[in-house]
Amino acid sequence: MNTPDTIESHTLPNGLTILIQHMPAVQSAAYCLLVPAGSIYDQPGKNGTASVTCDMLTRGAGDYDSRQLAIAQDSLGLQSGESVQSKHIKFSGATLKDNLPQSLEILAEIVRRPQLKADQFSPALNSVRHSLLSIEDEPRQKVMIELKRRCEGLPWGKPTDGSLADLPNITLDDAQRHFESCFRPEETILGIAGNVDSQQVVETVSRLFGDWEQGTEPEVESAPAGPDRDHLELESTQTQIGLAYPSVSVDDPDYYTAWASVSILSGGSSSRLFTEVREKRGLCYAVYATLGSLKDSGHVLCYAGTTVDRAQETLDVMLEVIHNLSNNITEEELNRCKAGAKSALIMQQESSSGRASRIARDWFLRDRVVTLDEIHDKLDAITPQKISDYLSQHPAEHLTLLTIGPAALEIKS
Amino acid sequence: MKFHSTVLDNGLTVIAETNPHVHSVGLGFFVKTGARDESPEVAGVSHFLEHMAFKGFDNLTADDVNQRFDDVGASYNASTSEEVTQYYAAILPEYLPQTFELLAGIIQPSLKVEDFNTEKQVILEEIGMYDDLPGFTVYEQAMAAHFRGHPLGQSILGSPESITALTADQMRDYHADRYRAGNIILAVAGNTSWEQIQGLVERYCAKWPGGGGDRNVYPASPEPTQHFQPLTSIQQEHVMIMIPAPEADSPDRYAADILAMIIGDDTNSRMFWDIIDPGHADSADFGYAEYDGSGAYLSYLAGEPEETPANLERLKTILTQVSDEGITDEELEQAKNKVSSRVVLASERPMGRLASLGGNWIYREEYRAVKTDLDTIQSITKDDLHALVEKWPLELTTVYGLGPLEGV
Repeated sequence: MNTPDTIESHTLPNGLTILIQHMPAVQSAAYCLLVPAGSIYDQPGKNGTASVTCDMLTRGAGDYDSRQLAIAQDSLGLQSGESVQSKHIKFSGATLKDNLPQSLEILAEIVRRPQLKADQFSPALNSVRHSLLSIEDEPRQKVMIELKRRCEGLPWGKPTDGSLADLPNITLDDAQRHFESCFRPEETILGIAGNVDSQQVVETVSRLFGDWEQGTEPEVESAPAGPDRDHLELESTQTQIGLAYPSVSVDDPDYYTAWASVSILSGGSSSRLFTEVREKRGLCYAVYATLGSLKDSGHVLCYAGTTVDRAQETLDVMLEVIHNLSNNITEEELNRCKAGAKSALIMQQESSSGRASRIARDWFLRDRVVTLDEIHDKLDAITPQKISDYLSQHPAEHLTLLTIGPAALEIKS
Repeated sequence: MKFHSTVLDNGLTVIAETNPHVHSVGLGFFVKTGARDESPEVAGVSHFLEHMAFKGFDNLTADDVNQRFDDVGASYNASTSEEVTQYYAAILPEYLPQTFELLAGIIQPSLKVEDFNTEKQVILEEIGMYDDLPGFTVYEQAMAAHFRGHPLGQSILGSPESITALTADQMRDYHADRYRAGNIILAVAGNTSWEQIQGLVERYCAKWPGGGGDRNVYPASPEPTQHFQPLTSIQQEHVMIMIPAPEADSPDRYAADILAMIIGDDTNSRMFWDIIDPGHADSADFGYAEYDGSGAYLSYLAGEPEETPANLERLKTILTQVSDEGITDEELEQAKNKVSSRVVLASERPMGRLASLGGNWIYREEYRAVKTDLDTIQSITKDDLHALVEKWPLELTTVYGLGPLEGV
């Protein structure tokens, strides 16, 4: 069974982009709204403003109080959520197809008419503080957040959840200002996927968001990356290892080759990192690398967690695998990476929420939606030689290393 | 969607729900064995064996197995619980034959000593990883306390000592005893045909040794207990609360699910409004877990240590109010809507259906279509919930804390 791979895009006069993928085989419909109000817009010393604002949005909007909002969503069987990303606050939801229009009505209240009242501020701040404390108790999560801060610098390395140290500086005024300056239709992207009538969707969205007034993009804080070697002391059973090195942006002509190189490094269970570190040596349970490509930059981000006395060996083996990545890349190895990617793409077509968020994110990163055919063509064009060439032009240099645990590690030359 | 089932001569049960309107097919072997089926000297063997399955079978090595799964772009994994060890994969329909061969093969693994010794290190690392995750540790310790003296209290991972002492021979014996065809269910969901499945089963599973697996099933009778284990290296106090609830084959299990959702779903539940919304805690939830012959409500509270005693009181107040005054019509309607919507959304993907197919069969030998589940959910009344609470009172039985607090 084939789903036509067509995605419609519409831009409202105020700049809001609507993307629609019709999926006739499902009974559901999903949305993903990206509003340019993420943590990069947190003002200096106030990292966490986006999180607090986001938490306040569902505490009352339009004529609804928080309880009425939740009841309205539950009555529609809407599974929804809000989260803070670097660039955006993301609103996502999935429900049965007939309930989509009403779900969008509620979404519009939350996004355009939140109450942001004084008595909602302190519970929201508390809620953000709790989630930051829970990250303190999850060192494997913390190491990657702190690694990103160190390898990317600001704005893109700014933690999305906030910083415990900055929370006391954030006021109700800051949250209100964050909303007023960031919530605007330009750069806002609404992805919709499922068994929907696209004309009806465009009409509904135009009615709900068409009179949203434009604003101007607020300033973002910049700061250089670093330090490139760091250790955070923690009394723990395992040492958490975070390692990063620069890669390409999504716009780069070599993006898919870079992706394939990371897939050979850490794509599946037969990938090199998993084979060498876990399967052959039993050094750890969790080890992986991912390609974190952004609009203008990118890093390969690597992780391993292992008991203290085996941590240095784990790091040594990881580095050896990374540095030898261009050796003997085989056709079979590359084909496995391609097979995994192609299967994942097709299976994604079974999930309306997966598609809604994918098309919205594509639009943000590339100003267009990448079709499955195009990805297939790009993947098919990659050869072992191209990856080797790419790796010799982009060797793993300028490493950033962060460890959390009882003792620091070193990168041996 | 169409349902099919059969039982082979060796006892293997095969169930399938075919659906030509999806892009993929999911298949899973559900072995009715887990931590509760282990004797103390092999604590952790079920989970360790699940890892060893991927280390090779027949002439294939671990590298071969990993490569072949990756060759077909499979999304695959395995998991071990107190009662079930499952191996599953989702693939595009054209790769079903190869994937079936692999998945059926790994369940009869080579169990080579060299691989066993290497993987032992990985298991010890996994235990170390969970040791640094207080939310997981508190779950294990609360289960051990709640089900003290009952097989359900046995740890899934085992201890560093039991894993270190375990031998490959002990694992082979356990495998021979627990992985007989009569103790395994194959479930398939998605874009395939019953004829194709029958052919694959005949080819790859018919020669498996027959026979079933015994399990000592009897209800647990937990005694009230409260313990706060001090751990000053972490920031939050993590608390797990357990209360006896209906067993897996009880007709009350749907009501228990709905009740748990009204009390402690992650949004718009009593705990959400009284504990999370005002900012008193980071996590506060309440769920229902079904087991063979027993059941439990599990509630998890995590937040600042100073707030913990007050949060426990808030939970007690909620439970007392639900017991004494019941729930409202609106709460029941919203909970039904939520459960129904989740059932429909999960059913759109073969992997979502697979979990439901396998679970229903392993516990109840029952097929439930999506429509049947939805009808059951809609039929639940306030009287059902009232009767449930009468039968299974909402009284805190096990309270286990981990974090800076020394006691409450």
